[in-house]
Amino acid sequence: MLKIEHVFKTFNTGTVNEKKALTDLNLELQDGDFATIIGSNGAGKSTMFNAIAGSFYTDSGFIELDGEDITFTPEHTRSRYIGRLFQDPLMGTAPHMTIEENLSVAYLRASEHKRGLFSHVSKSERDKFREQLSLLDMGLENRMNHPVGLLSGGQRQALTLLMATMVTPKLLLLDEHTAALDPSTAAKVLDLTKKIIEENHISCLMVTHNMNQALELGNRTLMMNNGNIVFDVKGEERSHMTIKDLLDKFEENAGKALNNDRILLSTKEGV
Amino acid sequence: MTGFLTAGIVRTALEVGLIYSLVALSLFISYSILNICDLSTDGCYTLGCAVGAIVTIAGHPFLAIPAAMLAGICSGYVTALLQTKFGVQSILAGIIVNTGLYTVNLAVMGFSSNVSIFGTDTIFSLFKNLNSSGFWKDWCNLILLAVIVAAVCLLIKWFLGTTLGLSIRATGDSPAMVRASSINPIFTITVGLCFSNALTGLAGCLIGQYNKTCDINLGTGMVTIALASLVIGETLLGRGKMIFRILGMVVGSCFYRFIISIALRLNVPTEAFKLVSAVIVAIAIAAPRAKQLIAFKHKQMTAMQERKSMRGDKANA
Ligand SMILES: Nc1ncnc2c1ncn2[C@@H]1O[C@H](COP(=O)(O)OP(=O)(O)O)[C@@H](O)[C@H]1O
Ligand SMILES: [Mg+2]
Repeated sequence: MLKIEHVFKTFNTGTVNEKKALTDLNLELQDGDFATIIGSNGAGKSTMFNAIAGSFYTDSGFIELDGEDITFTPEHTRSRYIGRLFQDPLMGTAPHMTIEENLSVAYLRASEHKRGLFSHVSKSERDKFREQLSLLDMGLENRMNHPVGLLSGGQRQALTLLMATMVTPKLLLLDEHTAALDPSTAAKVLDLTKKIIEENHISCLMVTHNMNQALELGNRTLMMNNGNIVFDVKGEERSHMTIKDLLDKFEENAGKALNNDRILLSTKEGV
Repeated sequence: MTGFLTAGIVRTALEVGLIYSLVALSLFISYSILNICDLSTDGCYTLGCAVGAIVTIAGHPFLAIPAAMLAGICSGYVTALLQTKFGVQSILAGIIVNTGLYTVNLAVMGFSSNVSIFGTDTIFSLFKNLNSSGFWKDWCNLILLAVIVAAVCLLIKWFLGTTLGLSIRATGDSPAMVRASSINPIFTITVGLCFSNALTGLAGCLIGQYNKTCDINLGTGMVTIALASLVIGETLLGRGKMIFRILGMVVGSCFYRFIISIALRLNVPTEAFKLVSAVIVAIAIAAPRAKQLIAFKHKQMTAMQERKSMRGDKANA
């Protein structure tokens, strides 16, 4: 469903700060695939997501979504099919707008053709929002008129998750979306994520620095280094892998040990 | 009080305040909602006045209103185009357009720096002729302006609740969220700036018909005045519900005109006027920060005193 072919992206070309962020990146994702991604700091994970979502155009190579070439499709058009969550819970929502208004903006993705530019939120839409919010089990359905800026980080991230998936996207990009939350909130948001992905059969890419998550969640694990996917495992082979196997594989394929302090920390603690 | 501020002075302050409030509402949309500092306000205000004056002189005082608003929309479109498509910084885009508008405004006024509307009807004179009672003669301008401003406030309130209005608010509130949703920021910024500048054009048109004259330097400093009204409004009515925020612009603007009226009554010489305005603006904008600083100083003092007394206790023990 997603196909990335020979994608290159260099930042600050021709200056001392030149950075080759993606070098000959290739990836093919099947319908319903849920792949976790781990890699060193600066490996290009976020940059890959930016390339898929269209935050910038790639220097060369092609990106296809559901058989359609989206290499030069503008970001706002792609986002109709691609849902996205960032690490910072403050990024996905508008703080001075109410929960209802935020959901209404997110709902545009579905209804741009059905709904006029000058229409207001209808009663049936409001009911739908309330019903969806109640699934988060955070009591947000009773606070629809509160500004989102008053919510906690976890509540905002859960809301963002809802906004990204309320209209089922073809692809969901999760960039360490629980990393900034406290452990219990993170677990809750992660459970919600699993539930929503399973129920709606959404194809998903999820960056994580937690090795357990990388192996347990989804059906496929990708390891990135230097703007490239250096290791890709799924199925039988993946189900037998331990964290140590994964670290060894990385060292074998990348020619160096995995350098990401947070990953190592999470490995030691076994969380 | 009545001796110091006569009904006439209060009325004039309210009338001009209402016209200015349209500029404050314009900045409310560009500055508070879209988070863009649009410095083309001065030129756009004069543009609205010039276009309105010319159309009024041609005998169409009502047509002057949509004409001036359309001129404002064009000006806003160019400002938006520069910053969205051509990557000019928003402040610079406004300054560029403002500079260009000076010549455009002169051209609209037939390359004369001043035109007057004497001898033809304005919407104010037409409205005045509806009734011949003394009360009506005194209050008709204020009533007409209040109706126009109320209609504009309701329009803004309605617009910001529509799908398009919400998208515009999201664009100013959270760029990252907009990037992840299906909103095209180029479109929302363009619509927002066109709408905002239409209001500035409308204000210019009204002040032209109100004063029966248009001067090329009419708009100078307008952005500062409107910004001051905006800050005063936000301070007085807070940042809560949208309708209060909108009304705050009107209140802030009238309040500002009152301060000016008082300054005039106190015989502040007109040469000092720009400085007085600037000082008012500086105080209005600096007030929240000053309040914070004072609060912090207070906290610091009490903390130090507490610590001192605690040390004293220890020494005594
Ligand atoms: N917009 C940008 N401009 C310049 N350099 C960038 C930009 N975005 C990412 N980079 C660089 O590209 C490399 C990959 O970054 P990123 O994809 O964020 O890494 P990560 O795998 O940790 O998410 C880093 O060296 C980063 O500094
Ligand atoms: Mg990253």
